[in-house]
Amino acid sequence: MIVAERKPMEEIIQMIAPYKKVLLAGCETCVAICWTGGEKEVGILASQLRLARSNNGGKIDIVEATVERQCEKEMVEELREKVDGVEAVLSLACGAGIQTMADVFEDKPVFPAVNTTFLGRPEGEGVWLENCGACGDCFLDRTGGICPMVRCAKGILNGPCGGTRKGGKCEVDPDKDCAWVLIYNRLKKQGRLDLMYKYYPPKNFRAVKRPGKMEAIKA
Amino acid sequence: MAKDFREVLKTKDFVVTAEAAPTKGANVEKSVEHIELLKDKVDALNVTDNQSSVMRYPSVGICLLIKEHGGEAIFQVTCRDRNRLAIQADLLFAWSRGVRNVLCLTGDSIDVGDHKEAKPVFDLESAQLIHLVHTLNSGTDMVGNELNGGTDFCIGTTATPSADPLEPQLVKVQKKLEAGIDFIQTQAVYELEELKRFVEFVRKHDEKVKILLGIVPVTGAKMAQYMNANVPGIFVPQYMIDELAQAPKGTGINKGIEIAGRLIRKAKEEKLCDGTHIMFIGKEERVPEVLEAAGLI
Amino acid sequence: MNGEIIAFCCEHSAYVAADAAGKQGLHCPENLRIIRVPCAGRVDIIHILKAMEEGAAAVLVLGCEDGLCQHLTGNIRARERVNYSEMLLKEVGIDGRRVAMFNLAANAPHKFIQAVNEMNERMKELGEGK
Repeated sequence: MIVAERKPMEEIIQMIAPYKKVLLAGCETCVAICWTGGEKEVGILASQLRLARSNNGGKIDIVEATVERQCEKEMVEELREKVDGVEAVLSLACGAGIQTMADVFEDKPVFPAVNTTFLGRPEGEGVWLENCGACGDCFLDRTGGICPMVRCAKGILNGPCGGTRKGGKCEVDPDKDCAWVLIYNRLKKQGRLDLMYKYYPPKNFRAVKRPGKMEAIKA
Repeated sequence: MAKDFREVLKTKDFVVTAEAAPTKGANVEKSVEHIELLKDKVDALNVTDNQSSVMRYPSVGICLLIKEHGGEAIFQVTCRDRNRLAIQADLLFAWSRGVRNVLCLTGDSIDVGDHKEAKPVFDLESAQLIHLVHTLNSGTDMVGNELNGGTDFCIGTTATPSADPLEPQLVKVQKKLEAGIDFIQTQAVYELEELKRFVEFVRKHDEKVKILLGIVPVTGAKMAQYMNANVPGIFVPQYMIDELAQAPKGTGINKGIEIAGRLIRKAKEEKLCDGTHIMFIGKEERVPEVLEAAGLI
Repeated sequence: MNGEIIAFCCEHSAYVAADAAGKQGLHCPENLRIIRVPCAGRVDIIHILKAMEEGAAAVLVLGCEDGLCQHLTGNIRARERVNYSEMLLKEVGIDGRRVAMFNLAANAPHKFIQAVNEMNERMKELGEGK
């Protein structure tokens, strides 16, 4: 899933400062799961923004809406009437959703209320961890299912680097595991350590030429 | 004129190298001082590459200065700031200007440095870099184009004998050995048993590679404790910390130099390794004291 | 701001206490508005924020004493939501002290009065706005 975090409040308030009527649009997929941009979060942020504005002696009309997936043009289209009635759109969806809104409603300023951070999965309550870098050249078969591109802070293919801390923690952040120690342990457990002894040549960083595009093959 | 380092590695019993960090700025006066002080006391001088991810005058620049002053230089190359094109280009430049030795490193992460918002490159890491140097040495670039003038670098790298856990590190060391290296300069080791264990491991895979014991003189008990807690791969044993703590106030650094000398002396006398590499960043002018304490000058 | 103090009262403890306070003729601030809830845990963040939007000067959540929640963890969740709401209000420049949680038993009407009066005093200090 895509993980995003709400932007600092000052930034959001500044973005919509010139406007009196704004649509706050959420998404019920990834950002709802990570408690950033679902219907509930839309309600809370809308309330906060109204309080912020009235606190400064002003007034703002925040229209609240959520779609199932903000990255789908057809779903976003359902908001057209609401969008027509506002001056700007503030979106709590991930970057893909925000840009879909911006592309579909080309004449309206669309603002990001979140910073989209990574692809990952939940780990316990309220914690999400990055585990995929969308590099287009998946290496998981060679590392026991642990991605060295994003779970290693330096993204190296022949690890570990000399910076591993005591207990197998990462040079960069002592709270984070050294991915290559994790890979070593996983492959050892499976009796496939030979994979780690192999030399891996430099990565093809152009496997996905940005902006990426994929076309499904039609029968 | 300093002797060619590759020759020294082949012929000298106990090789001595030291490290010089470039300054932050275009003024290289201090570096010239360090070079003049050390070039005849050591077999070669390493020049660090934006060490600890702090932006400094480039390594190759100081290497050229060393050559100009008649010393022997080891060009440290990390993978943090440059991609494969830039690295190949820089190596060709260094070779063309008389730099003959290269130390291949992955590089510290951006976060430990002073430009914390910079984009980390890490197009390659140390093992891939070693392979890259071999490719240039064979007269082609990484994608197989023949070079109009190749290189013949003497190749070195680092290793961390005190790493915990050690086994994953040794997998990487083995890959580097299989890639082919002329010398290893270890990270600081304070417990010679760890050095012995490391050398034993290396010898199983490569009898010829020269191993230089990394020495970082500790300047006091507090520094030792700080390093144990914060610097990856460093382990200063408690008895050493106690010894440092007992030194009279203000003399911690002298004790640290004494201990460093002792470690080197023992390693040399017991033939535990092929030499030593002294890293006294910020205190390069005191390296001669370490050499004296070790009985090397 | 209309100066009201909204008090969400758990019907097992605070509401009973409030009722008793009334019957005993104990003095309550005039601007107090009591909202009965089946459990303090029924109160969600949006209710607290909406109350502020509607002009409340302060929001109180009153629930059962530790370990005595009929729904086991309702009072614990309520406290965490109150804490979180404080942070959300601070983010938009509103003093977090305008929101508070109190724990009390059904047979403690004086505690109810104490809580609402304390809140009232606090609001007088903070004054209108922010």
